[in-house]
Amino acid sequence: MAGDEYLRLSHIKANLERRALIFDIIRTFFRSEGFLEVETPLQVPTVAPEKYITPFNVNGWFLSTSPEMHMKRLLAAGCTKIFQICHCFRKSERGQLHNPEFTMLEWYRVGADYMQIIQDTEHLVLTLASRLRLGTTVRYQGAEIDLVSPWPRITVREAFLDSAGWDPFECLDEERFDVDLVEKVMPNFAANRPTVLMDYPVAMASLSRIRPGNPPVAERAEAFMGGLELANAYSELTDAAEQERRFKQEIDSLALERGNNTAMPQMFLDAVARLPECGGIALGIDRLVMLFCDAASIDEVIAFPWDVV
Amino acid sequence: MDIGEVSRNTKFLINGVPFAVEDVKFVKPGKGRAMYYLKLRNLFDGTTRDQTFHSSDKVEEVLVSSNDMQYLYKEGDHYVFMDNDNFEQHSVSKELLGVRSQFLKEGLVVTVSVMDGKVLEITLPKFVELAVVKGAASTKSDTITAQSKMVELETGGVLAVPAFVKEGDIVKVDTRTNNYVERVTTKK
Repeated sequence: MAGDEYLRLSHIKANLERRALIFDIIRTFFRSEGFLEVETPLQVPTVAPEKYITPFNVNGWFLSTSPEMHMKRLLAAGCTKIFQICHCFRKSERGQLHNPEFTMLEWYRVGADYMQIIQDTEHLVLTLASRLRLGTTVRYQGAEIDLVSPWPRITVREAFLDSAGWDPFECLDEERFDVDLVEKVMPNFAANRPTVLMDYPVAMASLSRIRPGNPPVAERAEAFMGGLELANAYSELTDAAEQERRFKQEIDSLALERGNNTAMPQMFLDAVARLPECGGIALGIDRLVMLFCDAASIDEVIAFPWDVV
Repeated sequence: MDIGEVSRNTKFLINGVPFAVEDVKFVKPGKGRAMYYLKLRNLFDGTTRDQTFHSSDKVEEVLVSSNDMQYLYKEGDHYVFMDNDNFEQHSVSKELLGVRSQFLKEGLVVTVSVMDGKVLEITLPKFVELAVVKGAASTKSDTITAQSKMVELETGGVLAVPAFVKEGDIVKVDTRTNNYVERVTTKK
């Protein structure tokens, strides 16, 4: 109803203004770091096959679930530092921290690895706090979070041994991994500091590079803050054959579970073969805005959530 | 039905028992499985419980029909309703109706949710109009405040009304809150 909408929007107006300011600061930050802002298509013929990310199908094409593949095609063609703010679409993801259409910030740096990208993230968040005149802390849902870098880092192995009592590197149970991450590991992260969870089991590498060793680890890191999963960084995989093998595995398991036939993103694989060593990250901007608006729900930082579009 | 399609008020079966979803908490690691922390209400006995589901879990949708039924009469601890379409009669326990039973007047049409012939829920019209048959009880202990008093309704129910309401007046009652709304007509 019109009256309801008026009330709802006037209630979040200040958040929407702050959101616009945050977008401005982000763009200024990346430009001053020498990044090129790029745009990639929202409607795409293939998406990266991922078991737990479901795309919307539009007349046989898809709404983009992430700009990652196209951004890497730009890197393969010679771009060295790029960023993008764009909408992504993931079917059935709706909750206090999820909207099926949401806004992602991604950036990539040629020559960097995942931890350098995490440093960019620390730098960006501190810049935001400072430009928003918060100093080096942010108050979120009752907790005073100290943003000073470096953020505490913990490996997946340490975190799971400490909080869940098992080692995902010894015997990986991916279902148990997700449940324990949410119910045991995340609640144990310090409330007053961001946390960087790093070095994943190789089976959960997704699009990241493997660092050989005993055991080998996926160079993947995730930043958490105030109970929010904020960003996921990789040292990017540049081995096309390995990337194709992983995609094939996901495609097979998707076929088994949903009975559908996911297409192999061939143009992307061709680009991976030419991809220089690089690092990149996907950061959920809506959640970053929530953090700086002290908003408990994503609905307080977007004007038209899914249910009221 | 895929668990992802479930939202508040969705009804589904667990081992043959119908549950209504009262609350959904959706949690999902970016690359991981979705978890659905549901608060469920058992539609047979009204109890609630928490249960967690995961992506790709399936639940059995429940076929609940909503029928208009007319209240006929009371029989012991049960209230008898008749389906206006097929004239079938359904007996409903006092527990299911709760305090609303005191606003049931013969002929009142209510909405009844039925599964496999069993009545799950009864929804009264938001407002019912009832005659006051016995005016203010004279004792002070019956008086809630200076401005209100208890009266008896034609259905046998008791209601707090403003002091100006008299025997023979028709009053409007909100069945969601069980409160007096207004006086509709007054006895000349």
